[in-house]
Amino acid sequence: MEIKRTELLRFTTAGSVDDGKSTLIGRLLYESKAIFEDQLEAVKKASERSGDGEINLALLTDGLKSEREQGITIDVAYRYFSTPNRKFIIADTPGHIQYTRNMVTGASTANAALILVDARRGVQEQTRRHAFIASLLQIPHLVVCINKMDLVDYAEDIYQQIRREFELFAAKLDVKDVHFIPISALKGDNIVNRSDNMPWYQGSALLYYLENVHIGSDENLIDPRFPVQYVIRPLTDTHHDYRGYAGRVASGAFRKGDEVLLLPSGFTTRIRRIDTYDGELEEALPPMSVTLLLEDDFDLGRGDMIVRVHNKPEITQDVEVMICWFSDRPLQPGGKYILKHTSSEVRCIVKEIRYKLDINTLSRNHLDLHIGMNDIARVLLRTTRPLFLDSYRKNRTTGSLILIDEATSETAGAGMII
Amino acid sequence: MIRLLESESIFVLREVAAQFNNPALLFSGGKDSILVSWLARKAFYPARIPFTFIHIDTGHNFPETMDFRDWWMNELGVKLVVGSVQEAIDRGMVAEEKGYNASRNLIQTAVLLDTIEKYRFDAAIGGARRDEEKARAKERFFSHRDEFGQWDPKNQRPELWNLFNGHKRQGEHFRVFPISNWTELDVWEYLATENVPLPSLYFAHERAVFERDGMLLADCEYIPRRPHEVPATETVRFRTIGDMTCTGAVRSSAASASEIVREIAALRVTERGTRSDDKRSETAMEDRKKQGYF
Repeated sequence: MEIKRTELLRFTTAGSVDDGKSTLIGRLLYESKAIFEDQLEAVKKASERSGDGEINLALLTDGLKSEREQGITIDVAYRYFSTPNRKFIIADTPGHIQYTRNMVTGASTANAALILVDARRGVQEQTRRHAFIASLLQIPHLVVCINKMDLVDYAEDIYQQIRREFELFAAKLDVKDVHFIPISALKGDNIVNRSDNMPWYQGSALLYYLENVHIGSDENLIDPRFPVQYVIRPLTDTHHDYRGYAGRVASGAFRKGDEVLLLPSGFTTRIRRIDTYDGELEEALPPMSVTLLLEDDFDLGRGDMIVRVHNKPEITQDVEVMICWFSDRPLQPGGKYILKHTSSEVRCIVKEIRYKLDINTLSRNHLDLHIGMNDIARVLLRTTRPLFLDSYRKNRTTGSLILIDEATSETAGAGMII
Repeated sequence: MIRLLESESIFVLREVAAQFNNPALLFSGGKDSILVSWLARKAFYPARIPFTFIHIDTGHNFPETMDFRDWWMNELGVKLVVGSVQEAIDRGMVAEEKGYNASRNLIQTAVLLDTIEKYRFDAAIGGARRDEEKARAKERFFSHRDEFGQWDPKNQRPELWNLFNGHKRQGEHFRVFPISNWTELDVWEYLATENVPLPSLYFAHERAVFERDGMLLADCEYIPRRPHEVPATETVRFRTIGDMTCTGAVRSSAASASEIVREIAALRVTERGTRSDDKRSETAMEDRKKQGYF
């Protein structure tokens, strides 16, 4: 069962209705024939009701009654389309309401982020916010779509100016790969085919870029990490002594016969077998769900981790994170929360709030430490038991965590380990 | 690509087993819930699936679905509990709709919630997919339900990375959707590749059908016909399987899963286009989901 990781691209789109984000997504869905006749028919009817003459492609993406009524997107919506080369999952996140919460959610699993800029308005506060969140969440590829080029006579100097402006800001961010495309989502310029209206643009159309951007090295294939998710013990006559550690390879590779280290016990043993329903495997890579059987009989449980002997994660109870806060109950200094990290769950206390980050200026505020909904802060946590972690920069799976409010059971914050 | 989706779904199913005390799997006999049960078998192999199966029986099911259900439960070796809509009507818990377009689709939500409460299930796994319908596009993998079983789409928990929060208060429960990221075509490609057993209804067969509101409905005792609605025998198959009163057939000669893959790749109408339960209004699905439909 070979997994081809490059066949699936997850991307997030950030922006508001004004930027033409919904129109762009509608356009991608429409051009890739992911929209069916009955959906188009429904949108046509709705467009007629709102009376704007043309088919409003934006209506394809707003799902909830209140979203349609208010003409805004409230929650992350997931869209699907595919071309012969790839399948795409779009996490469509709203630009205004609870932007941080929704953008962070959509960004957490994305390979690429599309950032929309209105060519008439240039780089806005919102653009900077989106770019910052994309860098904070370590989205490997940024695509800046300079939209509504039709409204600025497809002028190259406007495109170049916005590009320079964005690059100046992005230099302060931790982004590896930025790409710029001048488009008109409404007219279809540079979406599927290169536009005749902008002969000065030598790059590829958006869809071509999305189909071909190299994502094979987005995943960490170096550090073997296997969080034990569930223990399989059939206890039947045929499998009486079977004890399998089920989980998903977080990073790196595991091979049959590999010498492995078990955490937290510190014992070493070898991988006896890599099991799946479809038979044994020689090797397991991320993000495969498999079951590991070990040579020796140790008692591992959920929350334990299998790693390689000479490549250990950090083992610590003091965790330094950048946290995005989602709850309307502010982050409490000294407060206690449930912390989820890979398959382990511990309690933690907030030892110190180091600073709050102004996401528009990227400046650190050491004086105002009130962390409310949509704020981002650097925080030190102390956990009841050690975690086995890597920095988020190195490993998006073993470097991420969420905090859960003990009173409401709600997900209150998302942390990226420094 | 289907292997990526498979691995994600298996991960989610194992999370359910690890995080909940009494999880159940909603089984309708349709392809999506068959797929989920197939993936569950893989997730826990060689152990048995650690979920109780729930079937909400409207009493208007296709006999082929019921036969398949009993055979498949036996094959998987799992326990099945049935929530009977007929029984709920007889007890007076719910009232049946009247008229030509009467359907038990709406009242099955009450029976589902009643069943979840009766057996104290704390999670119910379903085969809903985000590509099916616009309200479902907003769903989480772990979808929180309050003590009335209701969905609050405007106030959902953010879901980041693969960290699923199954914490809840007394009386609340979760719906979990392991195949959220699969499209209809993904499902069929996978079913074809894996040779997953399916009810015969999905494949082309001859059936007496009649046309209503652009849909082909099966001629059966549960759907009263208007005088001008004359049934004729045609070669059809079903793209979705709900109860007989709300599931339309399509004209098709696709006799195997791989022929269905080819047919769907060329189709221009969504599968929910054959469902009259979604056609009642623009927000029919959202409204039902808020009440506790899956």
